[in-house]
Amino acid sequence: MKPFLREKIPSGFDEIPETTSYEAGYLVTKNAGWRNVRPVIDTQKCVGCLNCYLYCPDGVISRRDGKVEIDYDFCKGCGICKKICRPGAIEMEAEK
Amino acid sequence: MALNARTIDETEYFYGHKACAGCGGSLAVRIALKVLGQNAVAVLPAGCMSAVGFNFPQLCFGNNAIISTFAGTASMLTGIEAGLRAQGITDFHAVGFAGDGGTADIGLQALSGAIDRNDDILYICYDNEAYMNTGIQKSSLTPFGARTTTTPAGKNIRGNLRPKKNMFEIVAAHGIPYAATASVGYINDFIRKVEKAKQIRGTKYIHILAPCPTGWGIKTDETVEAAKEVVDCGLWYLAEYENGSFTLNHRPKEFSGVEEYLRKQSRFRHLTDEDIKIIEKSRDAKWEFINKNFN
Repeated sequence: MKPFLREKIPSGFDEIPETTSYEAGYLVTKNAGWRNVRPVIDTQKCVGCLNCYLYCPDGVISRRDGKVEIDYDFCKGCGICKKICRPGAIEMEAEK
Repeated sequence: MALNARTIDETEYFYGHKACAGCGGSLAVRIALKVLGQNAVAVLPAGCMSAVGFNFPQLCFGNNAIISTFAGTASMLTGIEAGLRAQGITDFHAVGFAGDGGTADIGLQALSGAIDRNDDILYICYDNEAYMNTGIQKSSLTPFGARTTTTPAGKNIRGNLRPKKNMFEIVAAHGIPYAATASVGYINDFIRKVEKAKQIRGTKYIHILAPCPTGWGIKTDETVEAAKEVVDCGLWYLAEYENGSFTLNHRPKEFSGVEEYLRKQSRFRHLTDEDIKIIEKSRDAKWEFINKNFN
């Protein structure tokens, strides 16, 4: 579980809160457009050490079946995962 | 049992934020909240993490979080702790995330007051060594020689003239129940320290070094490496203060090159060989002190 993208973007006066409090974890935009390169995981080489999951500043890498997967909606392509990956299972590929 | 990558809470509590790619501060906040869990109540003063986390309607904290005044991180933590306690709520952790400027310059008196009252709060300073959110101005935690927009590197003066303020020992001098230093390059050490702080009643302070690719002039994928290297070359150290004594958690067998660490960052590119010797000398003096006074 994590904050997730909502379909509804509050915009009208009746939808904007009168005080400064609002629902936690309310996301309306992706960060994918920030990226020039994307990390791609070679699941054959991945040993499931989870270092990429631990060191991702955006938390976009999650555990799945003993390996990892990337949420490309929010990955900014910083490349920390590639550098931290000891078996070399992550490659950065240019975004087309 | 000590938490690790396999046992840490899978939930992400800081997600979809607008921090620069490769941000060390956001990594520190993310990991700390994963250790503290959903009942953490986060307080963020003006600074990068509040600027990137609360852009209504993009609200990136999955737990309760609030922006405080710049100077009032610790006071607001005090209030939150007292308020929840008054309502009979006990299962929560009041945690603050302030930058180096918000801690060592602007928020110092509020933090000092909270430690004096021994309020049951956890204060985490993510130290990226300048006011990065407003465009890289010098703070009192900017190291000697670093170029910022308020300490430019010219012919006569080469960057910041003053050494980094010793926040860890200033906090420890209050006789605080628990204080620690950490680095995002040694994330398991940080996880252990947050976990430890979670169990302790009273004021806790963790100072985590979190490189900023934008302000330091490094590539976005070098954040973790730089945070590891600064510990390995002896310019930062991993330590704890508890029960009146200091403990060193990690002793590099041999220091890696200070020059190598500095030259990779564009904020230090102007330094002369003499400047680097000054930095090495101050490191050696610091370690002499550590060897004498830390366990």
